[in-house]
Amino acid sequence: MDVITVKEERCKECGLCIAHCPNEALSFSDRLNSAGYKPVQVDDAKCIKCGICYTMCPDGVYEISHNGESGGED
Amino acid sequence: MAKARKVPAIIDNPMSFCPGCGHGIVIRLIAECLEELEQDQNLIFALGVGCSSLLGGGLVTDRLHCPHGRASAVATGMKRVQPENTIVAYQGDGDAYSIGIAETINAAYRNENFTMVAINNTNYGMTGGQMSWTTMPGQVTTTSPLGRDCEITGNPLKFPELVASQFDVAFAARGAVTSPKNINKLKKYIKNGLEAQINGEGYSVIEVLSPCPTNWKLSPLNSMKRIEEELIPYYPLGVFKERKEN
Repeated sequence: MDVITVKEERCKECGLCIAHCPNEALSFSDRLNSAGYKPVQVDDAKCIKCGICYTMCPDGVYEISHNGESGGED
Repeated sequence: MAKARKVPAIIDNPMSFCPGCGHGIVIRLIAECLEELEQDQNLIFALGVGCSSLLGGGLVTDRLHCPHGRASAVATGMKRVQPENTIVAYQGDGDAYSIGIAETINAAYRNENFTMVAINNTNYGMTGGQMSWTTMPGQVTTTSPLGRDCEITGNPLKFPELVASQFDVAFAARGAVTSPKNINKLKKYIKNGLEAQINGEGYSVIEVLSPCPTNWKLSPLNSMKRIEEELIPYYPLGVFKERKEN
């Protein structure tokens, strides 16, 4: 099973991932990270793990892995 | 099944770029290409001065912060002394095209065997948004408060087109980070540039149209929109010098 991980501390609330998410699975949370930004949160029911958020994110917030193993091709 | 995605180990650190800055996307693409080409542990970065210097804070690899504008000259020396290493000059437009235009052009003229990635955000980002050679006509910056007047400052520089048409370089292209589609194309350009270097074909340059939300005084999304609507019509995307058949 694919797993999406969000490194909240790296998020700078730029919103590029939210704007490009094809399934509207991303939104800003109500929490603040230590830098004072509201980090993104993922709606797991909507997320299809396409990786577009990873592609758009300038700050390495996202990681998508298969069965806990990350990196590489399919 | 979706593709597993993980930020490459050499840049898997928090970076201090502004929110929505394109540098983070470009450096991730470079690191992904280096990893795929098995060069991520065989590499030296020649970093420019400016926002490109911020890369040094998060990068876990050999690197040198070069004198302002002279990263291409330093990269030349690196490659000549250490030809087995992959050398990437990472510079901004103010650094590579204004302050260091002599060194940048001379490296391209000699067809030095390294790869330059130039981030074009149409201003000097780190110092507060001054006009550079790539600032658009009419663009307001701190040193062109009434908008850039090309009658007295000349026209914005198109470096990849210049070297592709005048010099015998291996590869010249321009990409942008405005959408997943453009980012995927840009990755192919960067990979081609690195492959050209690994094969000893000579100089490769990849210019990237990248947003500067802080100095453009636009939101990250509107900055991307500005690139699509204003910059790309002037700075067309694509390959200007294809690699020769191997």
